Amino acid sequence: MAVADFQTVIGLEVHAQLLTRTKIFCGCSTAFGGEPNTHVCPVCLGLPGVLPSLNRRVVEMAVRTGLALGCAVRPKSVWARKNYFYPDLPKGYQISQYELPICEGGEVPLTLDGVERTVRLVRIHMEEDAGKNVHDVSADGSSGVDLNRAGVPLLEIVSQPDLRSADEAVEYLKSLRAIVMALGVNDGNMQEGSLRCDANVSVMRRGASEYGTRCEIKNMNSFRFLRQAIEYEVRRQVELVESGGRVEQETRLFDPDRGETRSMRSKEEAHDYRYFPEPDLPPVIVEPALVERLRAELPELPRARAARYQSALGLSAYDAGNLVADAAVAGFFDAALAAYGEGAEAAKKVANWLTGEVARLANETGEAAASWKLTPQKLAAVLRLVDAGTIGGPGAKQVVEEVFRTGAEPEAVVKAKGLAQVSDAGALEAAVDKILAANPAEVEKHRSGKKDLTGFFVGQVMKETKGKANPAVVNALLRKKLGA
Amino acid sequence: MSSSSLSLEEVRRIAALARLRLAPEEEERFAGQLSAILAHVEQLKELDVSGVEPMTHALAAGEVPALREDAVLPGLSPEEALAAAPAREGTAFKVPRIIE
Amino acid sequence: MTAPTQDLVRLGLREAGDAVGARRVSSRALVDAALARIEATDAKVGAFLAVTPERARAAADAADARAAAGARRSPIDGVPLALKDIFLTKGVPTTAGSRILEGYLPPYDATVVERLEAAGAVVVGKLNMDEFAMGSSNENSAYKPCHNPWDLSRTPGGSSGGSAAAVAARQVPGALGTDTGGSIREPAAFCGVVGVKPTYGRVSRYGVIAFASSLDQVGPLARSVGDAAVLLRTVAGHDPRDMTSSTRPVDDYLATLEGGAKGLRVGVPREWLEGGGVDPGVAGAVRSALDAYERLGARLVEISLPHSKYGIGAYYLIAPAEASSNLARYDGVRFGLRAKDARGLKEMYSESRERGFGPEPKRRIMLGTYALSAGYYDAYYLRAQKVRTLIRRDFDAAFERCDVIAGPVTPSVAFRLGERTDDPLKMYLADIFTITCNLAALPGLSVPCGLEAGSGLPVGLQLLGRPFDEATLFRAARALERELPALPAPPGV
Repeated sequence: MAVADFQTVIGLEVHAQLLTRTKIFCGCSTAFGGEPNTHVCPVCLGLPGVLPSLNRRVVEMAVRTGLALGCAVRPKSVWARKNYFYPDLPKGYQISQYELPICEGGEVPLTLDGVERTVRLVRIHMEEDAGKNVHDVSADGSSGVDLNRAGVPLLEIVSQPDLRSADEAVEYLKSLRAIVMALGVNDGNMQEGSLRCDANVSVMRRGASEYGTRCEIKNMNSFRFLRQAIEYEVRRQVELVESGGRVEQETRLFDPDRGETRSMRSKEEAHDYRYFPEPDLPPVIVEPALVERLRAELPELPRARAARYQSALGLSAYDAGNLVADAAVAGFFDAALAAYGEGAEAAKKVANWLTGEVARLANETGEAAASWKLTPQKLAAVLRLVDAGTIGGPGAKQVVEEVFRTGAEPEAVVKAKGLAQVSDAGALEAAVDKILAANPAEVEKHRSGKKDLTGFFVGQVMKETKGKANPAVVNALLRKKLGA
Repeated sequence: MSSSSLSLEEVRRIAALARLRLAPEEEERFAGQLSAILAHVEQLKELDVSGVEPMTHALAAGEVPALREDAVLPGLSPEEALAAAPAREGTAFKVPRIIE
Repeated sequence: MTAPTQDLVRLGLREAGDAVGARRVSSRALVDAALARIEATDAKVGAFLAVTPERARAAADAADARAAAGARRSPIDGVPLALKDIFLTKGVPTTAGSRILEGYLPPYDATVVERLEAAGAVVVGKLNMDEFAMGSSNENSAYKPCHNPWDLSRTPGGSSGGSAAAVAARQVPGALGTDTGGSIREPAAFCGVVGVKPTYGRVSRYGVIAFASSLDQVGPLARSVGDAAVLLRTVAGHDPRDMTSSTRPVDDYLATLEGGAKGLRVGVPREWLEGGGVDPGVAGAVRSALDAYERLGARLVEISLPHSKYGIGAYYLIAPAEASSNLARYDGVRFGLRAKDARGLKEMYSESRERGFGPEPKRRIMLGTYALSAGYYDAYYLRAQKVRTLIRRDFDAAFERCDVIAGPVTPSVAFRLGERTDDPLKMYLADIFTITCNLAALPGLSVPCGLEAGSGLPVGLQLLGRPFDEATLFRAARALERELPALPAPPGV
């Protein structure tokens, strides 16, 4: 196949909305949703006469991110205006950073197929988000402009073209997402667009020394779409080159419905952004003392945390990786483990629940870990109920689901749903006798040596007791009665 | 003419970039006037500016401005925000169809 | 408490304030007198784009109530003032002299407007100006020309032409203007009033419609040095909404105002008087002002500003570049003029801007867009910013040897309306003496230094100072003001 003859080269530009209360240059709330133009003021509307006033938290979050990624933090960085006309850009320019960004260099670690590597960063800079154009607002086909998002702070994190496959790009983005979430600078929500990514994709014949012409792909708001878009784009470019064509440098939009990228006509006009230093904002001065304070405040990063989970708690690389992908989940894990017990066995149990049943529920409801009704204490309580033999596995699953949905106390759920196990041999004996009496042929087979029928009997007893029988007690009773 | 004279084609390119519709006679006039101004500006090339830092900001040297604290301030109501809008739809600014 | 209108309008800013404070005159009487004077003279002068009598009278009554209650807010509480139409005034039309903002009612007040109102000053209206402050004659106003009260056939200068004309014509005792390349000092000189361009960062620019952000600065115009000092002190000082505003405390200009010129080292730039193309009448008046300084015990020091001749070139790259970006927000989406019949989005932009902007903003948008465009940035904009550094260094070196720098404001006195409109470059070249002050971010002041022999038109002396040393400029200007005979009232009104 032709694609194999080509090397894919990818660089990602990630835009991460910062978790500040207010916009980057004015005191408007960054809260989402609501009617158009409900979080606006003269500054973010770009009215005549306004001036930007820089949010301190934005600088701190940028430096924090830079330090976590091993970037060099510039003691003095400069704002620039990027000039272009678009209805969602109120001033006719975006305030960004150009020649002297706040962070340079650095790297993002990733693991692919068990191999660890790092992807180099070019830079990280701060900028303001644009507003939102709303299409077809009225019968005449007009568009609308909502400036609630205009001026929300963004970090743009630009990688070197170090990525060599769609899988690698996805792993890079996962790793970066876990880091910015761990830092508390971004909520990781790709669906709502608070973490967005553009991909610069090119292909070159294996062995060639120069990169091919790249296309910039936009609008990929999930890991799956990122993979699809890159895979499609690589096939498109290879087919183009194979058939003697040339890749044109352009911006292409990913269409998730068709799984294709297509050329953006409106962006065809050659860009000339006329960058120049923003005269309304003095350079950003980052004092060494601030850097040291922010460095000291850095939380444990996902990779270190995963390593600790493996070495200190004996978790598998897979479980550890899953837990640290979302700092809130990892925090939940730590708290639940502290509430439950110590050692590798306890850790394994907590991890299994979190990456299994709880993850399934979270996925299904779309709820972020921070807002779960299931608390670490409640999960620990469920595990203790299992350990005490009060509930069995199936019962525990039901309890967790109920607690996850309602926040009820596990003990109360056990009681209300009657999920407590029956461990009293006297109470279970009748059920065992009944099953043995109803299945004389199987009893005979078992006596003549088919010992694997034990499982069959256990299952029947469980059925008879609606799952409430303690399997260990049932087993003991069977052994006694069948004489095995 | 000096090397800095502007062709009509360049005038049109700049006007498009600046979103200014110009009448043909304006294009002609601007080509001439801007060329004259640029010719004057050519004198800057006499100066050796190598190693000179550009004065991109006029603020007094050494002043580090205080940054704004991250606290919500009152803004405008949608009605105030839209009061001067040439066209609106609900609380959105209305513009001709945007084609992406 | 009543005095004839002609007496009340003659009062200076401080005199008027003192009279209200002593309850000799009511603020209402002052405001009514100002409104009557505007009514009587502005058809000829054309200084006002909007007059706000109801608001002004209500504010005056409130000021009088404060005076009666012994709760005055400041020494200028109750004094009528007017604002260049570049300052945003909540609910009061603000146009920047442009069609693109015709009828625009801002939803907020500029910081300087808030400060004036906090001091109790009464704003009576908005003043004519060159469109977006681009011009030196007020002829670029989209609404109407403004006339020089000394000779109605001449320009009042620009871009704060309405501000200077209104103060000179005794319509108001003081006004605020803005100065990007001389837009306060040149009209002040042409109209025989005092005008101050403070150090960049001294006054907040929040709520001031931007022309060139790294050069724009707000300043006062008044009929005496002390009045200008009081007005500047009222509006100056740090504003958290303008990150380019300085946190340095504002000096008490009045405390040192009468300190005289004895021992003052007055720098005279070699390049400015010799071969600078200055008209002989202007040079003569400037020379006699320098002589006056010597009489007052100041020492004249010859200095050199070798890069000042590159000022025009640097300015006419930097200012249009910044303007091209600042004027991008006038796009017909959220406010201002929109070409309603435009078919598509792009057409809406370019047709709205075509109809809304006059020739001068268009010319500067074109020039600035070109200077910033791909392939030209380094050769034009970046080089101009480096030249700016060289110009600033000239001044830093000069101020090692002198305390103020003195010279002409303009090469000529007020020119006739229409005289230079056909040749923009010639108009630009007349900014030669005022522009370097903005490029170097220094404070500058224009104070009348006599009348040109023959024309009988006022000449201004320009004084430049060290950054944030407005106090010395006021003291030096005041010494000259006391030494020279006062100008007569302008004969045109």
